[in-house]
Amino acid sequence: MERIPILKVRDCLLVTIQVDMHDRLAMTLQDDLTEQIVSQRARGVLIDISALDVVDSFIGRMLSNIAGMSRILDAETVVVGMQPSVAITLVELGLSLPGIRTALNVDRGMDLLSASRGSEDGPV
Amino acid sequence: MTIHKSHELALSSQDDVVMARQAVRTAAVEIGLSLVDQTKIVTAASELARNTVIHGGGGFARIEIIRDTTRTGMRLTFEDKGPGIADLDMAMKDGYSSAGGLGLGLGGAKRLSNEFVLQSEPGKGTRVTITRWK
Repeated sequence: MERIPILKVRDCLLVTIQVDMHDRLAMTLQDDLTEQIVSQRARGVLIDISALDVVDSFIGRMLSNIAGMSRILDAETVVVGMQPSVAITLVELGLSLPGIRTALNVDRGMDLLSASRGSEDGPV
Repeated sequence: MTIHKSHELALSSQDDVVMARQAVRTAAVEIGLSLVDQTKIVTAASELARNTVIHGGGGFARIEIIRDTTRTGMRLTFEDKGPGIADLDMAMKDGYSSAGGLGLGLGGAKRLSNEFVLQSEPGKGTRVTITRWK
């Protein structure tokens, strides 16, 4: 079965979506990610959507679901690399991705994740 | 208005929704829509094609390149012979969903197009036509 690969980078999971996703693939990703958050003890999830030229309400909902599920599993989700035309379209569609943190690229997303964990951990 | 080119594709599965997105993208590039406008019409098509598959039990999409005296555009028709929509006003409302979705499909598609026509009769089916001009 077709699957989107999930890479482990330090204590984060990195997902780069590079295919035009059909709905079943999106659901599979959601399941795989939640499983891996637990098995890999991940504290953060980075979803790179820079290769996606369309994000419709279904994919938007999948992103929100992933963010919600990871939060419950004590991992933070950052969606990175959204194309400007996709951002414009999403807002017009009525989808502002509530509860999802975003960053311009993977680098900044990593920074965001480590910064938010740093403040949580407090002084050592 | 003249129809310059017309193309039909069947919508029966999720994979067909992906195919429809790609076909709409190709047509949008062909008429020279800007990247933002391409993205809008492809996103609208994705919402409507999914509606046809999920709510309508399948149907078809027609992609037409149209011209009037001054401009070029594309017209997309999504048609099914499904259960139809009993309350059109309700279906257009954001947040209303009969299938556990976000309920942004119809309203969102309308905002993303220049022209939007929804025709439906309970028990007979639904037809949605959207147009985007260059």
